[in-house]
Amino acid sequence: MKMLGAEAVIECLKQENVDVVFGYPGGCVLTLYDALYKADFPHILTRHEQGAVHAADGYARASGKVGVCIATSGPGGTNLVTGIATAYMDSIPLVAITGQVGVPYIGKDAFQEADICGITTPITKHNYLVKKVQDLPRVMKEAFHIARTGRPGPVVVDISKDVFNAMFEFEYPKTVQMRGYSPTFAGNSADVEAVVAALQLAEKPLLFVGGGVCLSDTADSFREFVELTGYPVISSLMGLGSLPSSHPQSLGMVGMHGTYGANMATMECDLLLGIGVRFDDRVTSLVKDFAPRAKIIHFDIDPAEVNKNVRTDLKVVADLRWSLPLLCKLATATREPNEWQSQVAPWLAQCQQWNRENPLPSAVASERVAPHSVIEKVRTLLADDAVIVTDVGQHQMWTAQYYDFVKPRSLLTSGGLGTMGYGLPAAMGAQIAQPDKTVVLFSGDGSIMMNCQELATVADNGLPITIIVLNNQVLGMVNQWQRMFYGKRYSHSSTHGGTDFVKLAEAMGVTGMRAATLEELDSVLQQALTTEGPVLVEVMVPATADVLPMVPPGGRLDQMVLGG
Amino acid sequence: MKCTLAVLVENRPGVLTHISGLISRRAFNIESIAASRTEEVNTTRITIDVEVDDELELEQVVNQLSKLIDVIKIVNLTHVDSIQRELALIKVKASNTNRSDLVDIVEIFRARIVDVNRETVVIELTGEQSKIDALCEVLVDFGIIEIVRTGKIAVSRGPVAAKEL
Repeated sequence: MKMLGAEAVIECLKQENVDVVFGYPGGCVLTLYDALYKADFPHILTRHEQGAVHAADGYARASGKVGVCIATSGPGGTNLVTGIATAYMDSIPLVAITGQVGVPYIGKDAFQEADICGITTPITKHNYLVKKVQDLPRVMKEAFHIARTGRPGPVVVDISKDVFNAMFEFEYPKTVQMRGYSPTFAGNSADVEAVVAALQLAEKPLLFVGGGVCLSDTADSFREFVELTGYPVISSLMGLGSLPSSHPQSLGMVGMHGTYGANMATMECDLLLGIGVRFDDRVTSLVKDFAPRAKIIHFDIDPAEVNKNVRTDLKVVADLRWSLPLLCKLATATREPNEWQSQVAPWLAQCQQWNRENPLPSAVASERVAPHSVIEKVRTLLADDAVIVTDVGQHQMWTAQYYDFVKPRSLLTSGGLGTMGYGLPAAMGAQIAQPDKTVVLFSGDGSIMMNCQELATVADNGLPITIIVLNNQVLGMVNQWQRMFYGKRYSHSSTHGGTDFVKLAEAMGVTGMRAATLEELDSVLQQALTTEGPVLVEVMVPATADVLPMVPPGGRLDQMVLGG
Repeated sequence: MKCTLAVLVENRPGVLTHISGLISRRAFNIESIAASRTEEVNTTRITIDVEVDDELELEQVVNQLSKLIDVIKIVNLTHVDSIQRELALIKVKASNTNRSDLVDIVEIFRARIVDVNRETVVIELTGEQSKIDALCEVLVDFGIIEIVRTGKIAVSRGPVAAKEL
């Protein structure tokens, strides 16, 4: 069928079952936008390209599908960079389509020209510059295939303006053929057998679950294994939701702001089985002192993750959709559940006792609202399948610590890159992906300002998101570090409280509410969650609250500052 | 330790940048890198000498490079019986008085003089890197004006191609 390059892009999106794109028009993508108009293809206009890419990312995390965003050349593309890097660090499937100047102008420093392929090479799984319209269908097919298979990740397709304008005979390829890309699915079953043999010898085994379990939708298999063996479980930030936080075997999050139980268990265990984790330094702290007594086993789809940060004794390189069911099967065939469980019962009891004796700090009775009590309160008002989105900072860690996550894909947060400003646009994307679910964003007065322009997008599209801004009038995490490690020299970490977030929300078309006391909080939250359309709730909290426990940077996991 | 990798990649613009960029951003050190077309028009072969601490770090280099979509195959030639060569062109000061000494040295090294004028000669030498290093060292006494080296290329001995290894 004969069509324009721009029309072909839309045809490719339809073939890939893309149901919405997030974007911002500009010179080099005008033909594409004209084609979107003619095709009446669903498109969300954000107020900044960074909003578009984070929205596509939030959409992908909430739905499990590939998120798609569009930006024009030059500044459009460079504004995507933070969002692409965010998706790359957390292995989120994303296709970013950018316009590029016309072929004769490439390399001439033309108006709104930037080398987006060059700029995004270190932060993409792959990228393409399309200069010939005939290449377009193949490139689009490959881009989606690469983004969603293997270890997922972002792919940039940079398309010259000439390509959008060129007429050609369109045919969408049915298969992809790439000599250099054949992602792992099945691994070596002997590796899994070796793991089961090692597990039988373990007296103090510990399961460490990461984002890979959520991404591969294998939480059910994981839970089956957890309940079969009776092993205690620690989670990375990205792994939260793989197992309910309130599950008796769950010790909570491990690492810098991990629970006492999770961190002590890591120091004491004799076998640590990491599943879909990448042993980030926020988890391991000092690598040489991480799980010092343990044999380490690593399940991951990406061979390059094995032995990258932590040296492993056994590895299973495969898709968790292959390895976890096999692990369950072999473990079931080896021993009866009570045999597995009785061997580790004293160890599990010890781990649970650590958490019982040193729980997370609880709110001190006071007029002021303790920030983590806001999170606990919101949890009581929401269903288990509500989607919680966070920005980055203290509120993010409090959410990770105090919110009881029950289901995978119920926490959307920028774990790897730690992108302030991620939350609001990601919440938009999540709400569009899951229109029937409640989407709640926890943000801070620092983070929300980084992409607050997207309040207008939220209002424009009537997205019923509840935005809770914990306003302590400082950049909380920075402030905490300055208090703890920089002699209370609060260098440029105050936001001075000059912004009226209620007015900001209202100016953008979002209902604004404020709660300054505990009494107000109850009624305001009730009201916010029952109000039609988007609502921003500003909750005034003290500036002095710290995220605890905390492992000081460079410390060992058992050298926590506990507090509470 | 120094390792030699033969990396077969798609013959596309920007591939060499991808490879070298990945190695440097992962904080591994490239000693030498040389790229050229192969017997297959759509395949480029890149020979990389990389300095690593141990086998685990080498495994990381290989695994990280393997993740690049355009990388078809990586063969570690470090412990394979292989022929390794580099080409150098060296411009040296040469006057009437010492030119014959220079010619002697060139002959000892089985190098070639490929250009002569009143003040300088250009010497061409193919060989293992250590041999080229040795010649350069000797030529210092004459006064080296400039050195150009291609970087190492390597091929395994025997009938099997790297892509089949």
